[in-house]
Amino acid sequence: MFGVMRIVNLAHGALAVLAAYGVLVLVRTGITAPLVALFIVVPLMVALGYVLQRTILQRSLSESPLPSLLVTFGIAIIIENLLLVTQSANQQRFSLGWLDTASLTLPGDIRIGVFPLIVLLFAVLALGTLSLVMRNTQFGRLVRAVSDDPATASLTGANPQHIYGLAAAIAFGLVAVAGFANGVQSGFNPTSGNLLLIFAFEAVIIGGLGSLWGTLLGSIILGVVQTVAAQFDSTLFQLAGHVVFLLFLVFLPNGLIRRRSRQ
Amino acid sequence: MTHNNTSPRVQRFDRFSIAGLGISFVLVIVLAVLPYYVPIGSTRDLTNLFIYIILATSWNLLAGFGGMVSIGQQAYIGLGAYGIVMIAGLAGFNQLLAIPLVAIACGVIALPISYLAFRLTGGYFAVGTWVIAEVFRLVTIRFPELGGGSGISVAPMTGVDRDMRIAIAYWAGLVVTAVVISAVVLIARSKLGLALTAARDEPVAAATSGINVVFAKRVVFMIAGAAAGAAGALIAISTLNVQPTAVYGVQWSAYMIFIVVIGGVGSIEGPIIGAVLFWALQVMLADYGGFYLIGLGILGVMMVLFAPGGIWGLITRRRRVDFFPISYRLDIPMQKDPAKKAATP
Repeated sequence: MFGVMRIVNLAHGALAVLAAYGVLVLVRTGITAPLVALFIVVPLMVALGYVLQRTILQRSLSESPLPSLLVTFGIAIIIENLLLVTQSANQQRFSLGWLDTASLTLPGDIRIGVFPLIVLLFAVLALGTLSLVMRNTQFGRLVRAVSDDPATASLTGANPQHIYGLAAAIAFGLVAVAGFANGVQSGFNPTSGNLLLIFAFEAVIIGGLGSLWGTLLGSIILGVVQTVAAQFDSTLFQLAGHVVFLLFLVFLPNGLIRRRSRQ
Repeated sequence: MTHNNTSPRVQRFDRFSIAGLGISFVLVIVLAVLPYYVPIGSTRDLTNLFIYIILATSWNLLAGFGGMVSIGQQAYIGLGAYGIVMIAGLAGFNQLLAIPLVAIACGVIALPISYLAFRLTGGYFAVGTWVIAEVFRLVTIRFPELGGGSGISVAPMTGVDRDMRIAIAYWAGLVVTAVVISAVVLIARSKLGLALTAARDEPVAAATSGINVVFAKRVVFMIAGAAAGAAGALIAISTLNVQPTAVYGVQWSAYMIFIVVIGGVGSIEGPIIGAVLFWALQVMLADYGGFYLIGLGILGVMMVLFAPGGIWGLITRRRRVDFFPISYRLDIPMQKDPAKKAATP
C-alpha cells in the first residue's frame, strides 16, 4: 500500500513486531485469548497508521526519498529499542491451542498445516479484496488518482492527505495481522522486524514492483526456497532466500509480473 | 585589488575557511600528541570517535552528496574487520600496513556489488544494500576458520605493550580520519562532486548535460566502501575481537544515519559535529542502552522534519560559513543579508 505514497516504509517489519507485542501484552494481562486480542490490536494499528501518516510521515514526503527513508528508519529503531527496553530480548511465541499443530492429510500422505493454510487464504482474500476495491470503487479510483498525481487529484476535490492516511491505515492493519501470523508461526523478538522487512522487500522485488499479485507470487517463491533449503541445512534458509533474491536482481530485475507502464 | 569594496566577487577561501583550515591543522597536531597526556581509557574512547567520524563522513558522501541512502555499509565494516583477521591475524601481516590493503580490497569488492545495488533506487536501494550486507554476514559465519558464528580474536601486535597498542590504534584512527575527511573535501569540490550533487538533485537534467551519473555514483560507492572497510579494520585492531553480529550489525547504519542527520546531511562539518555529539552522549549515557537509542531516534526524526540541515544547518542559517572551502561564494558586501543559501554544497 505504500506504493500509493511512493515511499518505502523501513518501519514495516518493526510495526509488525509492535502489533505482535500488542497482542502479547493483552494476552499476558489475562484479558483475552490471542485471537480476540488481535481484533483489538488491528483497529489500534489502523488508527496509529492514520495518525502517524497525517502527523509525521506526511511531513517527510518530498521529491527526494531521503527524508521519508530517514524518518521511517528512525521509527523502526525507536520501536525496536522501545520493545527491547520494555519487553526484554526473549523470543516470544503465541499459542492458539490445537490450531498450532493441526494438519490436514491429503492423498499421498502430504500434510498441510491448518494454520499456514488459514494465513494463505487470508492473504489471498485480503489481496483479492484490495485489488477489487482499488479497481472498482470510488475509493480505489481516488487512491489511484492521488498516487499518480496528488496535485491534479486535489484540484478535483480529493484530499490527498486524507487518502494517504487511509492508505497507511490499511497498510498498518494488514501488517498487524502479518505480525500476529508470524508470531504464531515462527515466534518473534524485538529485533525480528528487520528480517520481516527484508523478506517482504525481497518478495516485492521478486514479484515485481507495484504488482499486488506479483508480491504474493514472490512471497510463495521466497517461502518455498527457504523451506527447501532448510531441509538440507537448517542454517541455510536465510542465505538461500537472499541468494534467490539476488539472482532475480541480476537476471530479472523487473520481477515476475511487470506493471503496465504508466507513462 | 582591482575591485572596490562594494563590487561583488566570487571567492572560495574566506576568513572562515582559512580559519577552519588553520584550526584543523592545529587540532590534528593536538590530537596526535594527546595519548601522552590523557588516561589510556580516554585514548580508547577517542578511537571510537574517529571510527564514528570516518563512518559518518563516508555515509554522508554516499547519501548527502550522492543521494544514495545505504543501510548496508556494515557489509564493508564487517569485511574490513575480517580482512584484518585474515591478513594480519591468520597470515601474520603487520596490522597497520594491513589497514590500507583492507580498505582498497573493500573498495574493489564494492565495484561488483554496485552493479547489483544500482539496479534498485531510493528505498529499494537502501534495503537491497542491507540484504547484501546480510549475505556477507551469513557467508562469513560459514567459515569455521574465521570463528563461525561466535567470532574470533585478533592476536595483538608482537613486541608492543598494551598501552602502546591502544595508542597505535588511536593514531591509525587519526590518520584514517584525516585522510577520509580530506578525500571527501577534495571530492566535493572536484568535478566529480559537482556531478554528484547535480545527479542527486536532478538526475535526468544532469545526464542530459553530459554527466555520467552512474559512473560518478559508482566511484563514490567504492570510496564509501573503502572508508567503511578502513573503519572496520580499525574496529578489529582496537578491540582485537571480531564478532559477526557486531561488525555486520545494522546498528552501524543506524549510528551513521543518526550522526549525519543530527549533524547536518550534505555538509562536511555536519557529520563531524554529529559524530562528536553522538560519541559524547554515548560515553556519558552508556548505562542507558536502549533508552539512549530511543532518544536518538526521536531526535533524528525531529531533525529530519523540522531542521533538515541538522545542527550545522541551524548554525549556518543566518550566515553561510564554510570551514572547509568546498564551494565558491558570491560576496556582495553592501547587501544586508547575503546568507540566503544559493545552493547546498
